[in-house]
Amino acid sequence: MATDLHRAVTVQGLTRSFDGRPVVDGLDLTLRAGQFTALLGHSGCGKSTLLRILAGLDREISGTVLVPRRRAVAFQAPRLMPWKKVWRNVLLGLPGKPGRAVAEKALDEVGLGHRSGAWPKTLSGGEAQRASLARALVRDPDLLLLDEPFGALDALTRLKAQRLVAELWQRRGCTVLLVTHDVDEALLLADRALVMRDGVIAYDTAVDLDRPRSPGDPALAGLRTRLLAELGVTEGEFAESATA
Amino acid sequence: MTVDHAPPSAPPDISPLPDVESLTPARAPGRVPSVPRWLRRAVGPVLLLVLWQSCSATGVLPADVLASPGTIARAAGELVGDGTLPTAMGVSLRRVAAGLLLGGVAGIALALVSGLSRLGEDLVDAPVQMLRTVPWVGLIPLFIIWLGIGEAPKVALIALGVAFHLYLNVYAGIRGVDARLVEAGESLGLGRWGLVRHVVLPGALPGAMTGLRYSLATAWLALVFGESINADAGIGFLMNQAREFFRTDVIVVCLVVYAFLGLLADALVRTLERLLLQWRPTFTGQ
Repeated sequence: MATDLHRAVTVQGLTRSFDGRPVVDGLDLTLRAGQFTALLGHSGCGKSTLLRILAGLDREISGTVLVPRRRAVAFQAPRLMPWKKVWRNVLLGLPGKPGRAVAEKALDEVGLGHRSGAWPKTLSGGEAQRASLARALVRDPDLLLLDEPFGALDALTRLKAQRLVAELWQRRGCTVLLVTHDVDEALLLADRALVMRDGVIAYDTAVDLDRPRSPGDPALAGLRTRLLAELGVTEGEFAESATA
Repeated sequence: MTVDHAPPSAPPDISPLPDVESLTPARAPGRVPSVPRWLRRAVGPVLLLVLWQSCSATGVLPADVLASPGTIARAAGELVGDGTLPTAMGVSLRRVAAGLLLGGVAGIALALVSGLSRLGEDLVDAPVQMLRTVPWVGLIPLFIIWLGIGEAPKVALIALGVAFHLYLNVYAGIRGVDARLVEAGESLGLGRWGLVRHVVLPGALPGAMTGLRYSLATAWLALVFGESINADAGIGFLMNQAREFFRTDVIVVCLVVYAFLGLLADALVRTLERLLLQWRPTFTGQ
């Protein structure tokens, strides 16, 4: 049973097709419990499709998918219900009738306790994304799925949000799958980086670096080059396009 | 950086230079006491009233074409004083209320059926869209044949107008709910009923309010049509009676009452929107 306890997610031979075109094509994947994994890939490579399947939002699949019953998703857009105050958004869908205090505890955790009674329209982009994180965390998930949650944030807010996610993960110890197209973000946060290509996991590497990490760490440079190459970007090309 | 060594209190050089323009305030505020906007806007209608009154007084506008404002005000006073107008208003308001209730329930129920389920859409939407193209005023003769000339055809006419407007807007509201929010609700573990209650219905509310506003306007229109054919009570009856006796003053009073009731209904919807839609990012009223 011990091995089962360490496996949070098991995917075998997973295939998902849109109009006969397979986007996920016989994919195998195992995520260890408590591990922070980053899933990289070009847009349209199927990484968001995989995340939606793991979230249970897409059932038009063939293959085996085993995921924890308690899982939560934070999307690229916060997707708060605009007609519910922040704390009601956090509690939405929770079984039983949890009180406002439950929501406020989760909001405090993301530093948003003071906005509990606000309408979502009054939140800034970063605040809304943090509320969305609180909504995911209040479910006490065994698996937290993050679909480019920082993509729509400005650079400064993104750095703060990334640090917050790292802290929350360390405190909670849940399994995290972060879908992103940002190599630096993956290296900053993850234990393991996956590159998805042609519907399968094409590259799989551990990120063995001490935490807390800083984006400019030279130890990251080699891994960064390798991951970029797997994504089809060579450093030379990158420098060229940067100076162009 | 030589800021520190700048002369402490050298006055800035403001001597005119070529290609330099001094930008002065367009008009010194408060120098000319301007007339308040509402007062200026009131001038037009007041002038019109004065013109009307003087035309009536000089005989340019005969009383059996249009009564003077003074006569109309007197007639209104009498109608209110002897209780004729309040009674008539009560009767008309009851008709509108009954029609709104019936049409509202029918329109919203049909919209829910076709908005929330594919099967319902296939069964309900096509016939409703077909019937919608029939001008509802044209149904008056049929209603009289079916329902007689009592209260029923009037209420039915109002209900019909209300139902179509509510159906269309509530249905569009339900189908316009952001699919990404529905997905988010699903990911939070909401079941089918939870999604309807927490995501779909609140999301359809702005559409429903638009529908309510349209349907209220339609309700008044239907009331006027319904009461102008045959009525033994209500504002329409009052107007018909006045027509027999060439009482243009009473007719104008009734028209003003119709307008006033319409205005009141609109204010009601606005208040309702302010209460129910305060979460909307586009909401600007306060």
